[in-house]
Amino acid sequence: MADFVSLWVYLSSSPLFGLTATLVVYLLAQAAYARSGHAPWANPVLWSVVVLAGTLLATRVPYPQYFSGAQFIHFLLGPAVVALAWPMWQRRAALRSRWGRLLLAALAGGVAASASAVAIGWALGLPRDALLSLAPKSVTAPVAMGIAQAIGGVPALAAVFAVLSGLVGALSGKYLFTLLKIQTDTQGWAARGFALGTAAHGIGAARALQVHPEAGAYAGLALGLQVLLASLLIPLVARLPG
Amino acid sequence: MEVLKGLAWLLVFQSVGEAVSRALGLPVPGPVIGMLLMFGGLFHPAVRQPVGACADALLAHLSLLFIPVGVGVMTHLALLEQWGLRILVVIVLSTWAGLGVTAWVLQALREPNDG
Repeated sequence: MADFVSLWVYLSSSPLFGLTATLVVYLLAQAAYARSGHAPWANPVLWSVVVLAGTLLATRVPYPQYFSGAQFIHFLLGPAVVALAWPMWQRRAALRSRWGRLLLAALAGGVAASASAVAIGWALGLPRDALLSLAPKSVTAPVAMGIAQAIGGVPALAAVFAVLSGLVGALSGKYLFTLLKIQTDTQGWAARGFALGTAAHGIGAARALQVHPEAGAYAGLALGLQVLLASLLIPLVARLPG
Repeated sequence: MEVLKGLAWLLVFQSVGEAVSRALGLPVPGPVIGMLLMFGGLFHPAVRQPVGACADALLAHLSLLFIPVGVGVMTHLALLEQWGLRILVVIVLSTWAGLGVTAWVLQALREPNDG
């Protein structure tokens, strides 16, 4: 038993642990997701986070120790944002002919999500730094952190809000779209995917990609546009007096 | 090899993006500027082939990349204990607003005869 404990202490303090645990848990969660027939509630990000955070809390491994290994995965978010140019480039013809309505939809959806988050949060009495961290909730976590930092929010909190928004979108999007009678033809899938990329960034895009290729491509496009719009507009609006 | 070359291109464009963002004091994060520059870069086949292969691999597992940040929720348990329910209400309602408005705008502007 003592041997096991010292082995655990050794393993859990090396960067190898965070990296291995993240990959293995994610692959298991992916397998379970596939077995469930890609049911929204079986979302692999949700269950990976629950299992990993639960394990760390139960074994009293502090988060920074886990992150020393997991950072190698986290680091890839930067190149992944650059890589979003690829789905956009592939759809450049559609983008050229539809840029007006897509830009309008991205702007309307982004403003709706951000403004309603800050307004509802304010009405419910959330503290100011939490409100500022809510503003960039629709964009992918690393960008949300950067924006929150720039406007006086808390980057770590912004990342949490972004991940939660992504999960809510991935989990409930399907039902909301059915309720709103969004079709399931080519244009309907494009609209669903675009909405997921706009309001639920990469986690929503991963879900869209899983459901339909057209939805996935438009989700990638929307996610890129949202990153651009949010990082230009949110710091500008935050600078307004009052 | 293609994927590795693609990753190198992505990192080069991200680095240039970071440099431009810092040098000009822009509010836009470096990777976003890198993404814009990459859109231009992709017109060149020497960039396009490796970057396309790498981007497909990277974006296919995009959800994996959010797990380290997501696990970070555990460091904010005190805040979530105090405000958890309200934060959940805010996140759920505002995400629905974003999804609904975006899909609705595209639905209202549908092209009549295109699949």
